[in-house]
Amino acid sequence: MSTSVTATQTKWWNGGKSPFNLEYGKVMMWYFLMSDAFTFGAFLISYGTVRFSSNSWPDPNHVFNAFPLAGHANLPLAFVSLMTFILIISSVTMVLAVHAGHNGDKKAVVKWIFWTIIGGLAFLGCQAWEWTHLHEEGAWWGRNPFPNANGTAASTNFSNFFFTITGFHGFHVFSGVIINIIMLIMAQKGVFERKGHYLMIEKAGLYWHFVDLVWVFVFLCFYLI
Amino acid sequence: MSNDATYHGPSEVVTTHDVHHDEHHVHHHKETFITKYVFSQDHKMIAKQFIVTGIVWAIIGGLFSVLFRLQLGFPNVDFPILETFFGRWAKGGHIQPEFYYALITMHGTVLVFFVLTAGLSGTFANLLIPLQIGARDMASPFLNMLSYWFFFTASIVMVSSLFVQTGPASGGWTSYAPLSALAEASEGSKVGMDLWLVSMALFVVSSLLGGLNYISTILNMRTKGMSMTRLPLTIWALFFTAILGVLSFPVLLSGFILLLFDRHAGTSFYLSDIVVNGHVLDNEGGSAILYQHLFWFLGHPEVYIIILPSMGIVSEVLSVNSRKPIFGYMAMIGSLFAIAILAFLVWAHHMFVTGLNPFLGSFFVLLTLLIAVPSAIKVFNWLTTIWRGNLRLAPSTLFSIGFVSLFISGGLTGIFLGNSTIDIHLHDTMFIVAHFHIVMGVASFFGMFAGVYHWFPKMFGRDINHTLGYIHFWVTMIGAYLIFWPMHYEGLAGMPRRYLDLTPWVSFNKFQTLNEMITIVSIIVFAVQLMFVFNFFYSMFKGRKVTSTNPWGANTLEWTTPINPGHGNWPGEIPEVHRWAYDYGKDGREFVMQTEPIGTNESKDH
Ligand code: HEM
Ligand SMILES: [Cu+2]
Repeated sequence: MSTSVTATQTKWWNGGKSPFNLEYGKVMMWYFLMSDAFTFGAFLISYGTVRFSSNSWPDPNHVFNAFPLAGHANLPLAFVSLMTFILIISSVTMVLAVHAGHNGDKKAVVKWIFWTIIGGLAFLGCQAWEWTHLHEEGAWWGRNPFPNANGTAASTNFSNFFFTITGFHGFHVFSGVIINIIMLIMAQKGVFERKGHYLMIEKAGLYWHFVDLVWVFVFLCFYLI
Repeated sequence: MSNDATYHGPSEVVTTHDVHHDEHHVHHHKETFITKYVFSQDHKMIAKQFIVTGIVWAIIGGLFSVLFRLQLGFPNVDFPILETFFGRWAKGGHIQPEFYYALITMHGTVLVFFVLTAGLSGTFANLLIPLQIGARDMASPFLNMLSYWFFFTASIVMVSSLFVQTGPASGGWTSYAPLSALAEASEGSKVGMDLWLVSMALFVVSSLLGGLNYISTILNMRTKGMSMTRLPLTIWALFFTAILGVLSFPVLLSGFILLLFDRHAGTSFYLSDIVVNGHVLDNEGGSAILYQHLFWFLGHPEVYIIILPSMGIVSEVLSVNSRKPIFGYMAMIGSLFAIAILAFLVWAHHMFVTGLNPFLGSFFVLLTLLIAVPSAIKVFNWLTTIWRGNLRLAPSTLFSIGFVSLFISGGLTGIFLGNSTIDIHLHDTMFIVAHFHIVMGVASFFGMFAGVYHWFPKMFGRDINHTLGYIHFWVTMIGAYLIFWPMHYEGLAGMPRRYLDLTPWVSFNKFQTLNEMITIVSIIVFAVQLMFVFNFFYSMFKGRKVTSTNPWGANTLEWTTPINPGHGNWPGEIPEVHRWAYDYGKDGREFVMQTEPIGTNESKDH
């Protein structure tokens, strides 16, 4: 153990240790997230180019104005704001789980991961409701009932992009929930305690925050603009 | 074991993989055939798996090119044997149009992705990264194994697409929409296209798993003393290759997902106002050009993913075999970096004739031509490295010099194409085929061959036959120029690429004998590649046994391992590194290995 401990702090890049003082799994996770950001970036830019080359586009305030159990009340963007809020809160609970991991507090880790999973499931539930609702209104891949903002008939690409991109994001949330469930079980069983660190939770946390961050862009591009 | 510890958190956390590695070489647990040769997690075995799979694919892909060259060289001759083998695809001994398009599509896909991406960087990243940076294995041997098996699965799917009734994909290796999006548009756009997309998606996963591993291994697992600027250039090249792959393949994946929806879910991402066979489709609002942007955002970096590993190999081999330090080490790294950045900023030069805004086009012209600068720096550095060197003309050296020659020839024609006004005339002609085969196809193969001849002793503990190596080199070198050089003239005369039969054009009839010559030479060159394959496998089992751990007198760490290193590479501790990789001919000594401490009287300069 002698060499790497005594190596001076400044020579991070000289080999024998990680230059970022990060374990390889985290380096991999960061690069994976960059890669995934390019996947989403490609989707969103494709959406942008098609949208801006169209004469007009449906108005999100008219499309997304329903709320469960609220009948025909016109509540533009209320529901999606709730979804966004839920997802952001689940990021907060994730931060708390990672923090608890730093302190080696197994009970707190389990508790906060649990709430993160609940947040993720709640988000997916909301998304399922929204999709069902839009489907009932006649929207699906290849079908779009909503007229353009200027009153003309719209192409199907509004629905096409909406379902593809929110679906791809939902798939990420879903895999995040699965990962978190595995983390919960492992933490519960004391796997991390035996390892002496909660690095896995940190990596799951990175992924989860990334998925939330992507949602912010999806939200911006589909609901606000 | 301090060298193995790569990460020390604030509280002295030693992470699991270190522990794992220690276990590996302390007690040799029993290995079965399955864990040793099939689901191996040893990077050296995975490298062998990649190269053997790559060789199989190269034979298949090469054979396809011989078949369609037969058609181009002898459009009026019957080859009854073709009908014997391919039945209705070659009715009357003539290659049918669908078959022809399937052949060129599969030839391109297989060689670009399966041979020159997986077979090249898969092989050499796996073999060289841990050995040359001084690590026991990849950061995650398990993900590394998965990377190979995803590639293998992708291969199985692609092979199976060759046997479906409607034939494999046939829209070119670029699979442009709308042709690829509409099953009714051609035979190859039916189930063959789906299999192509599935296979390519698996391939993207494989390349992502591999790339993430290569990057984190290079960053995290270097042995003590191996600073980034002491890395051999092979490692730098593989590092940038991996970054290019990790950032560009996902965009292709997005493009493929949209394409799958267009094919099966009734969407119109790439479709608008289309008539197929007199039938008007109601798709509206999409953009076929969008697919091209998504494709070429990968497609252009992809050509550098293919060439960078070869550049790294050539740099290393030329320095070792001229017994001289590489010229301009930092300039080499700098130009690799510049190429990697520019590779992301030039993709639309493949789209000058799509109706791209000419003003926008001019930016792409500028950025494209800029690539010539780092490319030229590299070429000059290679030439100055061998200049007045004490050249040892091993097959690996010859292939490296051949690489430089090809890279110059093909790079110069790139400058023609980079000018959008000239490209309007040359786009989709045989000139393009000549350009990219010389600069990418053949040159990268040469880099790969140089690597195989150079590191064969390390891979198999045996030597590959050099006499066959020299024959291999000279025939391939002369053959490649004979095949591809004349295509420039054909292209300048306007002869289009991807056409089944040019005989109806009187103006191209003058090229008939030229085309025959090209076809005959390609058959010869193909045969010589089979000879190389024979040499490879024969030497693997029967080659002369290597007796020295460092047969080339090279400086890098892989030559400090035993002749047949076990899993874990070094039986004892991992050696420490004290100098860069290129101390050749220093202070009158032929070579000084990286593990040797700096002497007290040693001169300062590299
Ligand atoms: C000075 C350097 C280079 C320049 C300026 C350049 C420019 C171009 C341009 C403008 C095209 C598009 C031509 C067209 O389709 O009309 C092209 C095609 C191509 N280039 Fe290059 N190139 C250069 C070097 C390279 C290198 C180093 C590689 C590979 C290692 C490469 C691989 C290709 C390939 C594969 C294609 C054709 C793709 C296809 O249409 O199927 N080029 N090049
Ligand atoms: Cu290009």
